[in-house]
Amino acid sequence: MILLILLFILLGGALLSWIAASRSVLLSRWVALGALLADLVIILQIWIAHPAAGTQWIYSYRASWIPHFGISLHFSMDGLSLLMLVLTFFLGALAVLISWKEINTRVGFYHFNLLFVLAGITGVFLTMDLFLFYFFWEMMLIPMYFLIGIWGHENREYAANKFFIFTQAGGLLMLLSILALYFIHAANANVYTFDYFDLLHTPMQQSTARWLMLGFLVAFLVKLPAVPFHTWLPDAHTEAPTAGSVILAGLLLKTGAYGILRFVIPLFPEASQYYANLCMLLGVIGILYGGMLAYAQTDLKRLIAYTSVSHMGFVLLGAFSFNELAYQGVVVQMIAHGISTGALFIIAGTLYERIHTRNILQMGGLWAGVPMMGSAAMIFVMASLGLPGLGNFVAEFLILIGSWQASRWLTVFATIGLVVATAYSLRIMQKVFFGSYTREEQLPDLNKRELLVVVSLVIVILLLGLYPQPVLNTSQKTEQKTAYVVR
Amino acid sequence: MSFDDFLSLGPLITLSAAAVISMLLVAIRRNHRITYAFSLLAYLMAMTAIIPAMLFIPHTIPPLLVIDEFSLFNTGLILVSGFIILLLSYNYFEEREERKEEYYLLLLLATTGAMVLVISRHFMSLFLGLEILSISLYGLIAYLRARERSDEAGIKYLILAALSSAFLLFGMALVYAFTGHMDFNGIGDALRQTGHLPVTVMAGFAMMLIGVGFKLGIVPFHMWAPDVYEGAPLPVAAFIATISKGGMLVVLIRFYQDIHGNEYTMLWWVLAIIAVASMFAGNWLALRQENIKRILAYSSIAHMGYILVAFLSGVQTGLEAISFYLVAYFITSIGAFGVLIVMSSSVQDAETVEDYRGMFWRYPWVAVVFTAMLLSLAGIPLTAGFIGKFYIVMAGVNAHMWFLLFMLVINSVIGLYYYIRIIAMMFKLPDTGAGSVIKPALPVAGNITLMLLTALLLGLGIYPTAMMQLIQQMMKMIV
Repeated sequence: MILLILLFILLGGALLSWIAASRSVLLSRWVALGALLADLVIILQIWIAHPAAGTQWIYSYRASWIPHFGISLHFSMDGLSLLMLVLTFFLGALAVLISWKEINTRVGFYHFNLLFVLAGITGVFLTMDLFLFYFFWEMMLIPMYFLIGIWGHENREYAANKFFIFTQAGGLLMLLSILALYFIHAANANVYTFDYFDLLHTPMQQSTARWLMLGFLVAFLVKLPAVPFHTWLPDAHTEAPTAGSVILAGLLLKTGAYGILRFVIPLFPEASQYYANLCMLLGVIGILYGGMLAYAQTDLKRLIAYTSVSHMGFVLLGAFSFNELAYQGVVVQMIAHGISTGALFIIAGTLYERIHTRNILQMGGLWAGVPMMGSAAMIFVMASLGLPGLGNFVAEFLILIGSWQASRWLTVFATIGLVVATAYSLRIMQKVFFGSYTREEQLPDLNKRELLVVVSLVIVILLLGLYPQPVLNTSQKTEQKTAYVVR
Repeated sequence: MSFDDFLSLGPLITLSAAAVISMLLVAIRRNHRITYAFSLLAYLMAMTAIIPAMLFIPHTIPPLLVIDEFSLFNTGLILVSGFIILLLSYNYFEEREERKEEYYLLLLLATTGAMVLVISRHFMSLFLGLEILSISLYGLIAYLRARERSDEAGIKYLILAALSSAFLLFGMALVYAFTGHMDFNGIGDALRQTGHLPVTVMAGFAMMLIGVGFKLGIVPFHMWAPDVYEGAPLPVAAFIATISKGGMLVVLIRFYQDIHGNEYTMLWWVLAIIAVASMFAGNWLALRQENIKRILAYSSIAHMGYILVAFLSGVQTGLEAISFYLVAYFITSIGAFGVLIVMSSSVQDAETVEDYRGMFWRYPWVAVVFTAMLLSLAGIPLTAGFIGKFYIVMAGVNAHMWFLLFMLVINSVIGLYYYIRIIAMMFKLPDTGAGSVIKPALPVAGNITLMLLTALLLGLGIYPTAMMQLIQQMMKMIV
């Protein structure tokens, strides 16, 4: 029941903040923030109550929805979902905060979309019914489309359309796979159901399983994104408003990773092993290619977007290494990347508010004017390049140890990715904050609201780097299970 | 004719009588409001007449008609759709035309024709229904004579419909010549005894397909659709898109089931090719259109292609899927045309994509309704269109038609582009200065109707179970 409440708070908040906007714009913002904080408090309490996720499923809720097809409202939460939800509500609240001054048109509708997309993401992380999963998977697209298409930058419509069509195409292939799985299960067990737990261990021919797995995989690789399905990402990230970029990078990409961990590998263990090398190769290509492209960008947001491609390559590499260490790394990477890249987008957004350009060639020497922003950027750039003591280091280190056992050569190449990461990360600092200051006007540094956002992100990334054990404990059961399935 | 027959045909008789009475009414006194109110009443009475008819199902009136759950369901669907189209019509014609009363007469007649189609199980009644429908449509399409493109549309439809009817008749004659039967069951049995499809019957079916394909607007008989949609008055376009196509589809299903069409692979392949061609042609041609009426026309071609995919699955789920999809498609199409109707001014129809620029910021509720309709056409969750498409895909997977399904998926993605293009246009911030020329009428009745349609659309999208159970029960009788 508590899981439904989490969803309803978001949906109700979405409607309320839309209605509230006709009275007062400020009220609308507070309603949105309040809904997210309420969810955050609930989920943190759950986390404190179940630190190690001793029982496998912390909460479950099940009710019939369309019995004709065997579709039920089935939500369950385990350690992995719990962590993802904490991330969702945390970044969601920050997204409302950073939109406080940036978004001034149609504020009510904006927050409606923002909360709706978060509700969709929450649903994706919780649902254990494949139909419902597809339902939420699609449901988060439309508000995201509006977020990019209405409040984005110059080329927003192109970016929004591209994002929508790419993800929809992937989703439809997944739908075909879901349905095929449904009928295969029905032919075997004579029970028509979309329930995740029933569909696990559905016996089928290997050739069939491989095709079905590809259907799922394409949807998740598009979302992740993995090369060569990544081309929507730089456009969407660049054109989206800051909060949109944060949600895209921090949460939407994670649904792809989550899908691989939750669905692809447990549902099709043998087929996953069959394609493991290919997937790991795609991951390594993503790491290197994304990093190199990032280095070549002059648009700050585009640069950060390509670093996402690179970082998510690690996730793909780890997910198909099939061992517990790598899985732990993947989970930490999902969170750390959400925090660090989200933070970089926030810094890019606040910079854009002040100097109205994203071109790093027109920046330079900003440290003198905005030292607080500079030091914050420094921390997250260091996180992005994998400096020990910050979250990303833990993640990438674990993934590389894990993948070493699976494929040595690929791990060697993936490690080179860290060097590339250093190059592009330092380039950000150099071009934006170092060098000589050429502007005439004085730039205001971070104000209190922005400081609150940035400092909370810094704290989280530090905690994740220095003491990742709580996260590892919470997700351990899920990881063991996934690793066990393959062995 | 027994009393049972009389009650079973209640809806049909009510509506035909209403057509005659409304003709007399017009002769006595021309008054738009009276004729309108009378037509509304007629639809309501016909809908009520379904209830006593339910007592006798399944009821056959040999040799022409059959009233079973399937036909009553579709009769109801047609009547409700006709009623909604009627509700949307009043203001549209009040503002545009001097002689408005005959419109209602023709609409009643056309609906009667479609109702004959859904209860027919014989070539005679099929042709009778088809012609009542077509001939009323000739008048309806060219109703607003003063408008530029309405003659073109009317004449185009007249010539092509007459031609296709001729093909249909010739086809029927050929089938009759070989099998010696004109009722569907008789033909099916005769063919079963032969065991294969002789050339004469094959040729007959092919010619009939031309007639049927024309009415459904499937490739390669689709050329008329965009022009007619564009030239016809908006409520009539809604009628053609829904009731006219739906009626034909129902009779096609019945015919195909009765002759055991699935047993003849040749027939299957022809329809499969048509399905793929319709999906591609519809979606590709819609991509670059600037006129929303034409976009809707092409999109309806594509939707017929989707429906054919379910049709070809040959499993019970497929037939259920068609019925569900039809309901969703009716709601969506009428809703979309309804938006065009309420947004049109008396001077000009709001028909280009450009007319909808920034509409969300000026008329948020209408824009939300239109968005919901377009998303339903695209098959996005929370709408009836999504469940419908899901149902179709499900039927296809059940029948292992992977190729057709891939085509459907590709086309859904192509289709997305032009639906979201309209949506994007509505959500654009309006240009300052170059204000829109169109001052929409936004009649109250129209707005309320649209609200109801949207509620229905979302209701079916969120809780489709009740409708599914109804359809499932009904389809058990057919298969």
